[in-house]
Amino acid sequence: MPAKPSVAPRDWASQPPYVYPGYKSTVKRGPTRPLLPLKSALVQRNAPVYGHEDIGPLDHDLTRNAARNGAPLGERIVVTGRVLDEDGRPAAHTLVEIWQANAAGRYVHKADQHNAPLDPNFLGAGRCLTDREGRYRFLTIKPGAYPWQNHPNGWRPNHIHFSLFGQHFASRLVTQMYFSGDPLLALDPIYLSAPERGRGRLLSRLNLDVVGEAGFALGFEFDIVLRGPHETPAEA
Amino acid sequence: MKLTQTPSQTVGPYFSYALTSEQYGYDFRSLFGPVLAEPQVAGEHIRLTGRVIYGDGVPVPDAMLEICQANADGRFVASRAEGLASGFRGFGRCGTGTHPARHYWFDTVKPGAAAPGEAPCIDVIVTMRGMLLHAFTRVYFDDEREANARDPVLAALPAERRATLIATREAQPGGVAYRFDIRMQGSKETVFLDL
Ligand SMILES: [Fe+2]
Repeated sequence: MPAKPSVAPRDWASQPPYVYPGYKSTVKRGPTRPLLPLKSALVQRNAPVYGHEDIGPLDHDLTRNAARNGAPLGERIVVTGRVLDEDGRPAAHTLVEIWQANAAGRYVHKADQHNAPLDPNFLGAGRCLTDREGRYRFLTIKPGAYPWQNHPNGWRPNHIHFSLFGQHFASRLVTQMYFSGDPLLALDPIYLSAPERGRGRLLSRLNLDVVGEAGFALGFEFDIVLRGPHETPAEA
Repeated sequence: MKLTQTPSQTVGPYFSYALTSEQYGYDFRSLFGPVLAEPQVAGEHIRLTGRVIYGDGVPVPDAMLEICQANADGRFVASRAEGLASGFRGFGRCGTGTHPARHYWFDTVKPGAAAPGEAPCIDVIVTMRGMLLHAFTRVYFDDEREANARDPVLAALPAERRATLIATREAQPGGVAYRFDIRMQGSKETVFLDL
């Protein structure tokens, strides 16, 4: 098997720090010592293996994948975009997993104590594989804002959680997608923890053309850029 | 022109119904779980287990670990079909929220060395609420003394920090377990890798 190209390092000018005091839990949970550098040969571990057979026919459609007796409440949205590397090359057939609150800002998770209603027709979890061009597509409900305990009367902006692997163990990314123009963004320490250089990447853009059917759903476009590829140093 | 990397954001407290759904009892099929090796897989079957400990010495109840490893012959799984045929997945996921003492666990086989000169090891991704980006670390085995002494990653560490990457073998009623706690901070902070 031909050796895979290695993966580029984390770009610390666009990645958040481990300890960011505005997000209080990081103070006791983020590592504080310098990371141990690894030689590139050791970085080429593969991502996990999976295939189309692992993905259920409704996994990408959160408006239907947990429906019991009707449609979930809320604004229908299409969320779509491309997964790319830093050179703009598509990450094909890569797993994209998402989870989110319902339209009222409540998670199905047992630990979520927010006093907002659950929706019997909405789980809020989905997944799909990107196609050859790196494109993914979900149909879901626009998530609501919800309060959290980080600071007095703190509210998280509307967001969808994303989890991706890319081609390498090292290209793993867990992130959140926000909505451009949300006034809560300016108050959110999690969003603001990303250095300004990278922050714009976290914002989806309204694009009604991605839906393909007038009057059906709002459309949002969100491209994701994973690490890599690594430029092989001359001494290698 | 290089594209800017998408920044990482925290996994938050509410990941489990999507990422570790079957382990937590949610009605959504899991793609990955704590079992990496079916019983028929060749090699020594082991359980890797431990806690994730934060600032004050308290175990984290809402961390998620992912591990990736070679099989007993030092070979990584190359395809889904190979994983299905052999019963060895090579990749696992476990949250710390379902065990009463906040343990994570993986049922797997002890890996072989992936390359000459490297000690057998398991790669780990750890993430949780309160981490804005995941951390990478690695599990080595305390009964691989000679291989550990030659391993280039361990060799790059001062002796007192090396111990944070070495799991302890324990005979348990159900079989062999290796105990590996991850300490996020403090004097015994686990070594995290710039991977
Ligand atoms: Fe959230």
